[in-house]
Amino acid sequence: MRNSKLYTRCIALVASLALACATCPLGARAESKLRIMTATTDLAALAQEVGGDKVEVESVARGYQDPHFVEAKPSFLLKLQHADLLVIVGLELEIGWLPPLITQSTNPKIQVGAPGYFDASRFARILEIPTGVVTRAEGDVHPLGNPHYWLDPDNGLRIAKGIQNKLSEMRPNDAGYFAQRYDDFEKRIKQADEKWLADMKPYAGRKIVTYHRSWPNFAEHFHLDVVGYVEPRPGIPPSPQHTVELIGLMKRDGVKIIAVEPYFDLKTPNAVARETGGKVVVLMPSVGGEKEITDYFKLFDYDIAKLKQAFDETK
Amino acid sequence: MKRFSILSLLVLLAVPAHAQEKPVDRQSAEKQEPSAEEARVKALEEQVRSLADQVALLRGELSALRDAKAAEPRPAERVLLASSHIEPGALASAIPASPAVATPEAAPSPASPQFAQTQTYGGATSNAKLLNPDISLIGDFIGTAGRNAISPSRSLELHESEVGMQAIIDPYARADAFISFGETGVNVEEGYVTFTALPAGLLLKVGKMRAEFGKVNTIHNHALPFIDRPLATNNLVGGEDGIDDAGISLSRFLPAPKNWFFQGTAQVYRGDSADVFTANQRQDVSAVGHLRLYRDLGESTNIDLGGSYARGHNNAGVGTTLNPDNFITNLYGADATLRWKPLRRAIYHSFLLRTELFWSARDQLSPVNIFQTQHAFGMYSSAEYRANRRWTIGGRFDRSGRATNASLTDSGFSGILTYWPSEFSQIRGQYRYGHLWDTTNARYTDANEFLFQFLFVMGAHGAHPF
Repeated sequence: MRNSKLYTRCIALVASLALACATCPLGARAESKLRIMTATTDLAALAQEVGGDKVEVESVARGYQDPHFVEAKPSFLLKLQHADLLVIVGLELEIGWLPPLITQSTNPKIQVGAPGYFDASRFARILEIPTGVVTRAEGDVHPLGNPHYWLDPDNGLRIAKGIQNKLSEMRPNDAGYFAQRYDDFEKRIKQADEKWLADMKPYAGRKIVTYHRSWPNFAEHFHLDVVGYVEPRPGIPPSPQHTVELIGLMKRDGVKIIAVEPYFDLKTPNAVARETGGKVVVLMPSVGGEKEITDYFKLFDYDIAKLKQAFDETK
Repeated sequence: MKRFSILSLLVLLAVPAHAQEKPVDRQSAEKQEPSAEEARVKALEEQVRSLADQVALLRGELSALRDAKAAEPRPAERVLLASSHIEPGALASAIPASPAVATPEAAPSPASPQFAQTQTYGGATSNAKLLNPDISLIGDFIGTAGRNAISPSRSLELHESEVGMQAIIDPYARADAFISFGETGVNVEEGYVTFTALPAGLLLKVGKMRAEFGKVNTIHNHALPFIDRPLATNNLVGGEDGIDDAGISLSRFLPAPKNWFFQGTAQVYRGDSADVFTANQRQDVSAVGHLRLYRDLGESTNIDLGGSYARGHNNAGVGTTLNPDNFITNLYGADATLRWKPLRRAIYHSFLLRTELFWSARDQLSPVNIFQTQHAFGMYSSAEYRANRRWTIGGRFDRSGRATNASLTDSGFSGILTYWPSEFSQIRGQYRYGHLWDTTNARYTDANEFLFQFLFVMGAHGAHPF
């Protein structure tokens, strides 16, 4: 008898605790900061620009990590569980890891199509949308277009605008604040872009080779010409035959720069550089790729400085 | 296109107008020479003026194109997929601004905030697939050579072709179905709906699914780090299919110390799973419980611990004088996984070490028909190291008693080498040694085998299990 009473009490205690846990956060967090989770650090940087101190932003992937291959660690679930907004790159970049995280997050707010699910690719200008038949004979192709679109300041601005609208929709009271943050960001990015374009002007039309197809938007914006890739096909590791062809191409066209993302092995690029008298430049595709790249502006500052230096050294 | 059609329209209009003038000229030419001259000059003037207008139009067009070119994509790169649903906003951007529609000053500047607001670029993300589910097929071809008298497998077989279909059902649920076409027939390996929008952080799955019992039981054949399944799985936890049954699963994150992830799962199944559980009557449902504890030890290293319990009826009492209801199998499991994967070189190097322990307590009749419970223990330990982007080496140690006779212990080990031509195909070789109990001859025999496997993936790029 005594035992069963104790048992009932325990159950009641556990149940009420669970209830308190489940209901309390909702009430307490009504006016706190909006919690934003992003797939990549670049989107986090843009969300921070617009959201200012009204938001708390964190990215799942790190800046020096290949965004195609992120592990769906349970620790991310804890963060996604409480997110108000999830900002993703889209175009199937995260298809290998984000869908199970979203499903298991037990967070109705960020499920696909829910108000807290924000696909940034809808606001950006997308390049390399394949036409005709799309097969994996082309490697790991992205049938919806190249997902590395954030490496163009114009796209950064467009995404920021989209985020501004989304945040204003979620927090109408702070709409003025977000609008002002956006305007300020726009002003600064346009100023910075003028400087970046001026910095890159002497190198307009220069041919470069990249490891992966991560740079079409960057190359277009800064008038570079990407003529080849270290990967024979997207997602396929370098092959000897392709490397020989690439060396031939670089020698013929006088290409000296091989841009490599920080998450790729430098062995093949270095070998190609030795053969062609070129230079390997590790460019950062994302904010946080290096410690000093703390925001969206410093990302371009860094990459442009690296490129300029490399162009000057290989004149 | 519009620009060209308007231009050609202008030209077409100009030609008949000119042609109409000509007969008049000819008529007047017969009567008055000087006025005819004048008319011709006038006509020429008219023509020159219209040409000048056209040149101005073309010039405007050209400059507009030049302006647009800096910001707008080249048409060749902007071709939208034929299957994609084109939103009105996207169409305007797909076709570079044309002065026939918008004069240069009205041409949209992509950077302007209004533009970004209304414009939808590349909005085909979800529309391209229309409403079809993500469909994939994974082919699993296995060949075996060597000697195994206990559980021989065929020399060559398309072991399994697994069709996966996954889709979001509605704002509240998604569904996943995996249908496996094997050598012996078709089997719904899994087919369940997941309710993602429940209150109180609950995650509900309903359908047929692999039970959350340890690690290896939840993993599909093609996602295993070996070709076969561990001996312990075969002896104690239902073999290749494992505990895979129709049921309901409820899970939730549980309160845990900071930086720890703690999840509890409770599942109820019909009670029919391979040779582990048998439901003799409707109320013989089986239950599975699982607790998972996870922690990041750094950004590259993490530890994953689990405890599992499963309980259900077995078939030992069927056809005996005893009540089949009294024959229960209790299964206990513990698993530990250590993973290492440096983020900067994630596609080149990784290491995984995993151990799973299983205890089985099976009620049955002894050879002399006395009710007894067999307590069998089984385990495996496996390690896997990714040496570079294409090669992985691994090994596994096995040891397991038999569920129906715990005094017989099979053991073995395997060495595994895997090659990935790309993310979508995999070639694997496995050497397997087994020290197995031969029931017919009542002695232990050695099995030495070489297995090889070709895996290929078609269709949707499924998420990798973690």
